[in-house]
Amino acid sequence: MAPEAAPTTSPRSTTTRIRDSRSYRIFTVVNTTALLLLCAVMLYPFVMLLAQSFSSAGAISAGKVNLLPVDPNLDTYRAVANNDTFWRSYGNTVLYTLIGTSIAMVLTTTYAYVLSKKHLRGRGLLIGIAVFTMFFNGGIVPNYVLISSLGMKNTMWAVILPPALSVFNLLVMKAFFENLPTELEEAAHIDGLGWFGIFFRIVLPLSKAVIATMVLFYSVQYWNDWFAAFLYLDRTDLFPVTLYLRNLIAGASTAASEGAAASGSAVADINANIQSVTMILILVPILCVYPFVQRYFVSGVMLGSVKG
Amino acid sequence: MTVAEPRTAAPRRRSGAWRRALRRDWPLYVMAALPLLFLLIFRYLPMAGNVIAFRRFRPGGSIFGDEWVGMRYVGMFIQDPAFWKVFANTAIIGGTTLLVCFPLPIILALMLNEVRRRHFKKIVQSISYLPHFLSVVIVVGMVYQLLSLQGTANQIVEALGGDPITFLQRPEWFRVIYVVSEAWQTVGWGTILYLAALTAVDDALYEAARIDGANRWQQTWHVTLPGIRPTMVTLLILNIGSFLNVGFEKVLLLYNPMTYSTADVISTYLYRVGLVSNNLSYAAAIGLFQAVIGFVMVMAANFISRRLVGTSLW
Repeated sequence: MAPEAAPTTSPRSTTTRIRDSRSYRIFTVVNTTALLLLCAVMLYPFVMLLAQSFSSAGAISAGKVNLLPVDPNLDTYRAVANNDTFWRSYGNTVLYTLIGTSIAMVLTTTYAYVLSKKHLRGRGLLIGIAVFTMFFNGGIVPNYVLISSLGMKNTMWAVILPPALSVFNLLVMKAFFENLPTELEEAAHIDGLGWFGIFFRIVLPLSKAVIATMVLFYSVQYWNDWFAAFLYLDRTDLFPVTLYLRNLIAGASTAASEGAAASGSAVADINANIQSVTMILILVPILCVYPFVQRYFVSGVMLGSVKG
Repeated sequence: MTVAEPRTAAPRRRSGAWRRALRRDWPLYVMAALPLLFLLIFRYLPMAGNVIAFRRFRPGGSIFGDEWVGMRYVGMFIQDPAFWKVFANTAIIGGTTLLVCFPLPIILALMLNEVRRRHFKKIVQSISYLPHFLSVVIVVGMVYQLLSLQGTANQIVEALGGDPITFLQRPEWFRVIYVVSEAWQTVGWGTILYLAALTAVDDALYEAARIDGANRWQQTWHVTLPGIRPTMVTLLILNIGSFLNVGFEKVLLLYNPMTYSTADVISTYLYRVGLVSNNLSYAAAIGLFQAVIGFVMVMAANFISRRLVGTSLW
């Protein structure tokens, strides 16, 4: 994120450095400490999951595992790796993410390109149709009725199609296309290239950065989604891994509340280590791409807020 | 792009202009067709489907219901004490979330803005944005692990000499858990727009304030905060509009029959009534009511802010 670098080097900082008051030095120490503490709070749950994932179930239910693994082992990873249901759900998530993102990208790029053409007759209406849906949506019941009557229940399309166009992403992309230099397109037009040719051969190659951003936006959205599957899918062989995890947690918590009512805590964390491994495996792809994509996400938010 | 088409100065009738636009730009309209179809089916049909709030709906029948029953379902939920209970829960959770999660990013942004070491600032930002990218299922999974009988929270409780608490089965803890986990997930990401607004504050204003003898604190109060006020107001209006849409998915994952008394919100109630018990029209009426309230609140917040501070969304 480039813009936020500015205030740290602004005259405000450099001039005050000369005459930092004692109280300001104290403030700096307090501020830095508070921010470090914040980072610790942000990271702690991840560290704990990681520690639990390598610990034995016994150590976890004895309440010994916090920052570091106790009795480090790979048993839980092995158990999850041998679980076919887990891998099938994981595969479903990958599949839904790939197909969903592809469809979403087709819808978003084409519509954003059309909306970016300022001379187009009816453009205002086309924009209005999209923006209106940002402020009003049908609500969960009518959506459920629609998906049911389209016959999409218990098919992957119930998970893939409804979120396939985000108006926010659309506006970010439209803003990007509007800022492309028009000369290239005009030259191509004079050379006899049609709108489709211009779109595929001039505009898309110039838009790799924003396309990458949008692909990541949509991928994360599909990767994380569980609710559409929860609503519309009954067949476990179609479940995405998020729903698989949800059922794991729900099953454990039911057992926990029954166990707590009855006698002890042994039941409570019956599969805390399995849950931890499952969560880590869901997190890994996101954590892997995160360092590279973070700035795209940030610039996407900025673009959307400024131009949207 | 109009280069290929000579412009005619003479005014034309609308149909002529449309025909000309179609002849010139038909590929653009073709490109728009698929997304338009998508919006029509997956966004506008459900909107129209809300009429089942006023019509009797039979499973398997028309998605717009079969016969008019007027305000019957609206009357039903208005007289339903269970509805007003979840309404109150929603308002309390939504209000608390707003009170906590709206100011936190502003404070964090101001703190980050005082950091001089760029690398440190970047690292803090990267770490604090991370939770934003997690699925709500993962966040809830973390909450379950941290608050389990053997979890970190109870280890602290025991270290302080208390007895382990079954946090997730206690109604009195639900709101705290909800709001804290919400703050954890949103505080970092929420700073982005404020940090951008902070870079836009004119340095000359700080210079002038210093010459007038303002210390750092006074500069923050009289220069920085007014500088980011438009951003604050805009985000506040948006937050107020969505405050009844309390994180439905998270509540659904976090609550259980033991905590319904504080945790059940409008959307989870209408989910259970509508989709679990199959009273779709009744649930649609509640959903519509919720949407109308949200809309009215955005309009009201917008109106008030335009009158009081001169900033508004439209």
